[in-house]
Order: sequence, then structure tokens, then C-alpha cells
Amino acid sequence: MKISKEEILHIANLADLNIKEDEIEKYALNLQDILNFANIVNNAPVDDLDITIGANEKKNVFRKDEIKVFEDNEALLQNAPSKEQNMFKIPKVL
Amino acid sequence: MDITELTVHELQEKLKNKELTITEITKAYIDRINEKEKDVDAFVTILTEEALEETKNLQKKVDNGEITGNFAGIPIGIKDNICTKGIKTTCSSKMLENFVSPYNATVMEKINSENLINLGKLNMDEFAMGGSTEYSYFKKTKNPWNLKKVPGGSSGGSAAAVAANMVPWALGSDTGGSIRQPASFCGVVGLKPTYGLVSRYGLVAFASSLDQIGSITKDVRDCAMLLNIIAGYDEKDTTSEDMPKKDYTECLKNDVKGLKIGVPKEFFGEGINEEVKTRLEKIIEEYKNMGAEIEEFSLDIAQYALATYYIIACAEASSNLGRFDGIRYGYRTPEFTNLKELYKKSRSEGFGEEVKRRIILGTYVLSSGYYDAYYKKAQQVRTLVMNEFSKAFEKYDVILTPTAPTGAFDIGEKSNNPLEMYLADICTVSVNIAGLPAISIPVGLNSEGMPVGMQLIGNRFKEETILNVAYTMEQKLKFREKYKPEFK
Repeated sequence: MKISKEEILHIANLADLNIKEDEIEKYALNLQDILNFANIVNNAPVDDLDITIGANEKKNVFRKDEIKVFEDNEALLQNAPSKEQNMFKIPKVL
Repeated sequence: MDITELTVHELQEKLKNKELTITEITKAYIDRINEKEKDVDAFVTILTEEALEETKNLQKKVDNGEITGNFAGIPIGIKDNICTKGIKTTCSSKMLENFVSPYNATVMEKINSENLINLGKLNMDEFAMGGSTEYSYFKKTKNPWNLKKVPGGSSGGSAAAVAANMVPWALGSDTGGSIRQPASFCGVVGLKPTYGLVSRYGLVAFASSLDQIGSITKDVRDCAMLLNIIAGYDEKDTTSEDMPKKDYTECLKNDVKGLKIGVPKEFFGEGINEEVKTRLEKIIEEYKNMGAEIEEFSLDIAQYALATYYIIACAEASSNLGRFDGIRYGYRTPEFTNLKELYKKSRSEGFGEEVKRRIILGTYVLSSGYYDAYYKKAQQVRTLVMNEFSKAFEKYDVILTPTAPTGAFDIGEKSNNPLEMYLADICTVSVNIAGLPAISIPVGLNSEGMPVGMQLIGNRFKEETILNVAYTMEQKLKFREKYKPEFK
């Protein structure tokens, strides 16, 4: 299979990534290599098998829907690249 | 006596007999870090001042009997994707270069409640994506056995620091072999526990259905002791299992008589280095002589499991790493005109190439038109892999394989060929796919003088079985007494 430049750009856009013009081919070739290898899953004898999403026993885990206050707002906000008062600051949306 | 040569259980013994104080231990390790870090580059953050201060306080409490715990004052190193309150947790990424976690991972709460001393945060492949620690944004960690070789990865800093005696033991994380493979490359012991045995709360998520925190230690007894500290149910991780607490040191019997060990022939086939094969065949003979029952069998899933691993791990990563958007934490691009541009530029500048490659692969296999062919298929293969292991564990107590197809490779040898790097995970990934426990111990050196590792895989929550089988061989081989890294 071959991955086109358009496909790489489309996927990168879905993932919120910019790919530089001179990197597109490299990413396309890497992806092609890896997908060609990964394609062997299509030869696996799995026709009648269910899917598995995790290694645990399949069961629901419930807990009470209780609010627990995280006291240390300052610690939370200290990692914000930009803030004002006790809020995260982002560019204008509307 | 060189304090940093000792295992943790030996340190405990000497503390108990008053031959050593915790102050002497901390100081010895800080001296050792000062001496060796420039060669090995294992740390992202070294906590010299903090460790000395903590030791001072702890020494007082120990002296006046306030603290009597077995682990008080024992140093440890922590992989830099495990959140430590008030201390940077970078995941070896530019994205989190300045990130200070507002809370502790559950394993850190446990470590702290035992009064261990954190010596620092250890280097890794960025976001745990890699098998050589070459993909760290900050530095390339070197293998203490040969400084031109990689320590393995992604927990390369943890394994190298233990091998170099810069920490007595360390925490790592394992999504596809990231504890076992570096342990194998650095000649130390690495355990990936059963999925659900150790809380993942506060471990920066890579692939949530595969990730597990585990121990990297000098010997199997230390490995069991560290598991004692970190194992246990946590309501903050809904995938952790609520089960009775065990003492994992009690299983170390130095006896494998009558035990059934399965040897899957596909794990000794093409792609596995001849020296590794020969070494493990000798080990299998040893187990036979010790009275274990050995049987070769077919477990033809390695290739499927590897492909499945890269599909599932990247798919989950593409979703998990969506949170890094330059708003609440992490890197933010200096120039932008709108919100979308802020997201895109921050992510593109903050993530390294391998992380972006995996996000793109993950996004691709989840995207419309390819979901069924890749992601759904991979989830079915996951069922196949689990079924095959279940069948095997009806017959065998333990499955024995190499940990890695080769010894440690040269720095730079594979870093430009992603697929080749992925193929090096062939022996370890199926364990994560099936959520099983597995341990790697060193079983000898190859002709380059680099350690060779053996992997023992157990059934779910059968850590005790693999720990005992590993311990029994360790007692026989005495690898640590015979060989030491030379920093050449």
C-alpha cells in the first residue's frame, strides 16, 4: 500500500499536528512501512473471535458520584502557560 | 565496604545490625551519582539537596524511635513519567519540560508512606515511546556495561541507574517491554506485574489498556520487596484489582522441582540472535537438572502480537496525548493568531518525532475507512493472543523466552529506522496484550560482554511463581557476583 501526501496531511490535521513540507515524505514512508508490517493482523485466524478492549475481567466498576474538592488551586494553575486571576487564559474564541 | 554495591535487603540487614546509618547510605549514593552521572546520563532531575534534607529529618525520627519501618531511609529512583508532587515530571519531553505535578501518583504515596528517599527522576524515551532511551528530549542515557551502547528503553534511565549503582532500585513502567528489555540490556532484574496489580493513577498515560508500573532491581528478592510496597487496589484506578495483600518474598523457595516450564519454539526462531539462543538453551538444561519439567510447544502469536501491539498502543496514545494542547499545562507556542493554531503549533513544537509518528499512526488506524481493517482486527487478535496463553497455562506453570532478540545495540544503530526498533519488542509485547506478569533476569554475557536476559511469563496474578523460578536460577548463576559493568 502507498500513503499519499494528502492522506498524511489529512491525518495530521485530525491529530492537530503540523507536518513541515520537507517531512511529509519521511512520515509517509515510515507510516507505509509500519502499516505494511501491521497488515499481518489481517492474516490472523480471528474470524469468529470477539474483540478484547482490555486485559481485565469484563465487569462494570461503579462508585458513588461524590464531589471531592481539590484544594490546591495554585498547584493546578502553576503549570498553565497563561493565566489570569484563577483562570486559564486562551485566545478569543468568538 | 562499598555501600552502593549492596542490594536493598542487604542494606536493611546492615541498618538493623547498626553497621550503617541511613545518612551514610544517602551520602554514598549521592557521591556515586556525582561520580557516574556524567558517564551514564540516567537522570532528568537529581534531588541531592532534597534527599539530604529528608535524610536529616528521617535520621532524627529513626534515632528517637518515631519511625521503625523496614524501608525508612532506603533510596529509590523514579521514572520520569510517574507524577511526583512538587517535583518536575517531564516524561523526557519538551512538552512537559517544566511540568510540576499537583499530586502524587498512588505508587508515590506508597513509597512516601514507607519513608523511602527519592534520589531523582530517571530518563526515558519521550512519553515511554521507544526501546533505547534515544528518543528522550533531554539526553541519551548510556549503558553502564558499554557507554557506546543503549541501555534499552523506555525505562532506560531506571535500568542504567540501577546497573551503575546510582540508585539501589527504581520504578519503571512497561507498556510493551519497557521494564523488561532495559533490565535485560543492563543486566538487572525487571518485573512487569499483572495488569491491575499496581495502580496506574498518576502514571502519565501512554496506552491505558497496556501500561503497568513495576520494579527494576539488583536481584529477585529486592524485586519482590518493591512489589510488596507498590501492589494493591486503588479506587482511583478502576482497572486495579481488589485482592488480598501478599508478601511476595515468601514465595522465594529456591526450588523448581516438578514445576512445568513451557518453551515456545517460535520465540527461539528467526530473528533471535544465536548467542541468545545458545545461552538460554543452557539455562533450560539447568532447570531440567534442577528437576523442572521442560516441554517445547507452539505459541505462534509473536508476529501477530507485535503488529497488534503497535496498532492498539498507538491508537490509545493518539487519544491519550490529545490532552496536550498548550492550555492547562505543558508547552505553549509563543506565536499564534487563533485557538486552532495554538493547539497545532504547541503540539507540533512540543512533541518529538517518534511521538508524532505514533500519534499519526494511531490516528490513521482509528480513522474512518481503516478502523475495521486495523483497530478492530487488532482487538480480535488480542482475543486470540489471550486464548493462546490461556491454553498454554493449562499445561505449564511458566513460559520461558528470551527477553530481547539481541543484547544491547549501539547508540544510533536503530534510531533512524522506526520499524526495526519496533521489531526488537517481539518477545515482550504479547505479555502486555494479554495483561500477564513477566520478569527478566540476567543469565550471562554475550561475546561483546553485554548482558543477556531471560523472560519468564506467568499466568494472571501468578507473580509468585515467576519470582520463585527466577530466584532459583539467580541463586544458581550468581550473575551479580561474577560480572560487573565496567563503564568502558
